[in-house]
Amino acid sequence: MNLVRATRAELDKIFSTRLWWILALVMFVYVGSVAGILAGVFGSLDTSADPTAPVLDMSEIHLIIYSSASAIGYVFPVLLGALSATSEFRHQTLTPTFLANPRRGQVLGAKLIAMALVGALYGVIALISSIGPGALILSLVGQDARLDDGNTWILVVRVILAMALWAAIGVALGTLVPNQVAVLVIVLAFTQFLEPILRSVSFIWEWTAQVGQFLPGSASDALVGWSVFTSLGMMTSETVALEWWQGGLVLAAIAAVAAILGYVTTWRKDVT
Amino acid sequence: MAAATTIDVSQLSKAFGPVQAVSDLTFTVEPGQVTGFLGPNGAGKTTTLRMLLGLVRPSSGSATFGGVGYHDLEQPLAMVGTALEASSFHPGRTARAHLRIYATAAAIDAGRVDRVLTQVGLAEHADRRVGGYSLGMRQRLGLAFALLGDPRVLVLDEPINGLDPEGIRWIRGFLRELAAEGRTVLVSSHLLSEVQQSVDRAVIISRGRLVYDGTLAGLEMSAKVAVDAPDRAALLSALLAAGARVDPTDAGLIVKDIPAAEIGAIAQRAGVPLSLLAAQQAGLEAAFLELTSDEPPPRVGAHAAPPVEGAQS
Repeated sequence: MNLVRATRAELDKIFSTRLWWILALVMFVYVGSVAGILAGVFGSLDTSADPTAPVLDMSEIHLIIYSSASAIGYVFPVLLGALSATSEFRHQTLTPTFLANPRRGQVLGAKLIAMALVGALYGVIALISSIGPGALILSLVGQDARLDDGNTWILVVRVILAMALWAAIGVALGTLVPNQVAVLVIVLAFTQFLEPILRSVSFIWEWTAQVGQFLPGSASDALVGWSVFTSLGMMTSETVALEWWQGGLVLAAIAAVAAILGYVTTWRKDVT
Repeated sequence: MAAATTIDVSQLSKAFGPVQAVSDLTFTVEPGQVTGFLGPNGAGKTTTLRMLLGLVRPSSGSATFGGVGYHDLEQPLAMVGTALEASSFHPGRTARAHLRIYATAAAIDAGRVDRVLTQVGLAEHADRRVGGYSLGMRQRLGLAFALLGDPRVLVLDEPINGLDPEGIRWIRGFLRELAAEGRTVLVSSHLLSEVQQSVDRAVIISRGRLVYDGTLAGLEMSAKVAVDAPDRAALLSALLAAGARVDPTDAGLIVKDIPAAEIGAIAQRAGVPLSLLAAQQAGLEAAFLELTSDEPPPRVGAHAAPPVEGAQS
C-alpha cells in the first residue's frame, strides 16, 4: 500500500508543474505534422506510373504512418522522465521527498511506475496525433485509412507500451545523470543524431545488424512492429529485427539496468 | 501528538573524504524546551542535522529520536517535522501542491495542508507558484512543511535567516508555543543573538566538536563582568580571595567566569561598596565567540565583529 501512496505522490509531482503538458503539446504538433506529411507523400505515390520508384507494400502504409507516434514521438516521454528525475536534484526536492518517505528504493520504484503511467498517456496523445491527421490525409488522397484493420489496434496497444517503457528509461537516465543540462544533451544527441546514424550504418554488415537490433530505437520499433525507419531499411537491405516481445524486453532491461546503476551511484548517496 | 521524545546524538562522526565535518558529537535534546544548536558557518550543524534525519549516513555513531533512527520511524513526518534550507522547492509548483505531495507520500490527512498554511500565514498565497515567493515566505513554507504531520519533534535549520523583524518576532513566539506544548524543539543558528531570546538551552559546536552543552545562564558565567569600587584595591583583594580571575583596567576590574550577582555578594561580604557592576554588553556573544573561534578572544570593550552572514554551514 505504501507503494501506491508513493506512486500517487509522484503522479502529483508530475501534474503539478507545467512541463508535462508543454512537452505533450510539442509532441502532439510534431507527431501530427510528420504523420500528415508521410500520409500525403506515401499516399499519393503512384508506383505504377514510374517504374524506378521504390517498391512499397501499400497494404501496410497506414501502419507505418500511425507508428510515427512512437517512432518519432518516443523522445518526449524520455525527456519528461529524465527532466522530472533531475529536477529533484536541481531543486533539492530530494530532501523533502526522503523526509516524507525514507525508503529510497520505494521512492524510485514509485517514480518509475508513475512515469510509465504518464508515458502511456503520452502514447495515447501521440496516437491521436498520428492517426488523426494520418487517417484524414490518407482518405483525402484516396487511400484507405484502414481503421478497421486488426493490425492498427495491435499497433495502438504496442505504441502505448513502448511509450510507457521510454518514460521509465527517462527516469532511470535522470537518476544516472542527475545534471539536467547533461542529461538533456545526452538524450537529444543520442536519439536525434547518434542512434539514427548507428542504425543506418548497422545495416551494412550482417554482424553489425545483429548488434544494431539491440539499439533502443530499433528495439522500440520491433516492439511496435512497424516504423518508417525499418520499412525504409527493408527496401535497401535485409533487415534483422527482434520479435515484438523481445523488443519490449530490451527496453525494459535498459530501464532496469539504468535505474539500478542510478540507484547505486546517486540515489542512495548522502543528500547534502 | 503522543508522548514526548528526546533527540539522542551519540558519538556521531562524519568525514567527507579527508574533511572531518563532525567529530565524536554527543548531546541530548529534551522535550518541552527550545534548544539552540549553535556554531559558526561550517561548524558541522547542517551535517549533524542531516545525519539525524537519515539524509546523510554517519561515518560512525548514531543519532536517534528516543532510540529510533529516522529510517525506522513508523510515520516519519508525524514524529519529526523538519525545515532545512529555504530552497527545497520546485519553483514551478504552488505551495499547496508542494505540501499536498508530501502529505500524500507520508499518509497525512490532506486537511492538514490548509491548516498549516493558515498557521504560518501563507493561506492567501497558497496557490501561487513558489518561484515568486520572497525568502521570508519560503521560510514560512519550510515551516509549514515541518508542521505538516503535527510532529512531536521539530528540527529547524536556520529558520530565522531571511525573515523580516516582524517575522522574527513571530517565529520566536511560535517556537516558545511549540515547546510549551511539550514538543522537542531544536533550532540551529550561526548567530547566538538571533536565538538567545527564544532558546532555553544551547548546544554549541565548533569545527565539528562539541564546545558547550548547557543553559544560556551557564554560558554567561563564562562571560565577563565589569566591576569597580572607590576602593579598588580592597575590591581586587576580595575578588582574588574568592578565587576570581581578574583583569585590572583603567575603567575598572574585569572579572571572568563569575556571574554579576555573585560578584556583588562577594563585595558585600568584604564590605566594599561598589560604584559599578555590569555584565559586559556583548557577554553572551563574546563567550560564544570565544568558544567557537581559534582566534584570540576579542579584547574586553572592543566591539565584537558579528560573524559573516550568508552561506550556511
